[in-house]
Amino acid sequence: MSERTDLLLSFADDELVLGWRNSEWTGIAPFLEEDVAFSSIAQNEIGHARALYDLAAAELGTTADELAFDRAPDEYRCAALVQLRRLEWARTIARHWLYETADEIRLAALKESDDPEIAGIAAKMDREEAYHRMHAGMWVDRLLASEEGRRRLNEAVDDLWPYALGVLADEFRPELRRRAEERFDRDLPDVEAVPRGVHEAELAELWKEMTMVRRSAPAGAQW
Amino acid sequence: MVTTEDVWAALAEVPDPEIPDISLVDLGVIKSVSVDGERVRVEFTPTFLGCPALEHMQLEMTAAIERAGGQPQIDVVLDDSWSTDRITPEGREKLRLAGFAPPAPRPVGKLELVQLQHGFSCPYCGSKDTRLDNLFGPTPCRSIRYCESCRQPFEQFKTI
Repeated sequence: MSERTDLLLSFADDELVLGWRNSEWTGIAPFLEEDVAFSSIAQNEIGHARALYDLAAAELGTTADELAFDRAPDEYRCAALVQLRRLEWARTIARHWLYETADEIRLAALKESDDPEIAGIAAKMDREEAYHRMHAGMWVDRLLASEEGRRRLNEAVDDLWPYALGVLADEFRPELRRRAEERFDRDLPDVEAVPRGVHEAELAELWKEMTMVRRSAPAGAQW
Repeated sequence: MVTTEDVWAALAEVPDPEIPDISLVDLGVIKSVSVDGERVRVEFTPTFLGCPALEHMQLEMTAAIERAGGQPQIDVVLDDSWSTDRITPEGREKLRLAGFAPPAPRPVGKLELVQLQHGFSCPYCGSKDTRLDNLFGPTPCRSIRYCESCRQPFEQFKTI
């Protein structure tokens, strides 16, 4: 597998799995606006996954659906951060902000890629992701504004920090640290990143749910 | 023999599947049309990557070009050449008449939340006393706003 395909699959798996995790708030978010917001963000992320899988599929001679749903759980390359099951609200917001910030750093680099397909799709995704970043930033402001919110958010950021570092390649991690320390106005722990390729038990459970319909349908079913 | 003008005219009759008041030409998603004999090539730029209407749009374009006498080939362009600035002035007016606030023009620099919060006209009463209620709405391309003057919630096309 080429380095290009590896990169596309890693990125697509992040967006697909996080899209599923975000959709877990559909119907049960704290209030209606957030129900709509997380559902819409989920839809965007899964749309991004599909576009990235399409590029990888063209190279591998397969289809986006096969890449998304026909691999075994241990073949997914997503970061451990997105695998964690629906988290309580402050942790959801911490993950949201950490992922979107890491994603902004990754997209900025991909927009400069020599590969016109990758640069083009990264630029298009970035336009949509701007809304995710505004949404995450708005919630961080809101939680930091109260003592309880600040305590919960800070605890969540500390717990998720090794996972957040694992979203990015080594070279980009100092930039994520710089932005996070500036945003939360404190030093973050010096820890080892949870590397990409580590599979949390929660991923296998998610995979069962995510692929259930496809596995139960007769081979070659058209939707 | 089908001409480039025929194809543009045919595509101007294809409604957006989710906001049928405007056409795909109004929406600015047709990047180019080229005609070679009966063969028609259209470059199509999706709006949002997660938009569920994209495949439907392609089917409708194919049917419209076939009705005009051409053999269509629709190429999807996955770069960032579409933005809401591509919606035509006619398209913006049709959106407003349908009860959707048209998107704000893209700023030169980074799009910030504060630029979206206040100052957009209500498509019903025209008041600028409106606020952003939710960045996200019923489809990926829309936000929800509220008019403090006529107390009407309304949707706004997101600026991307």
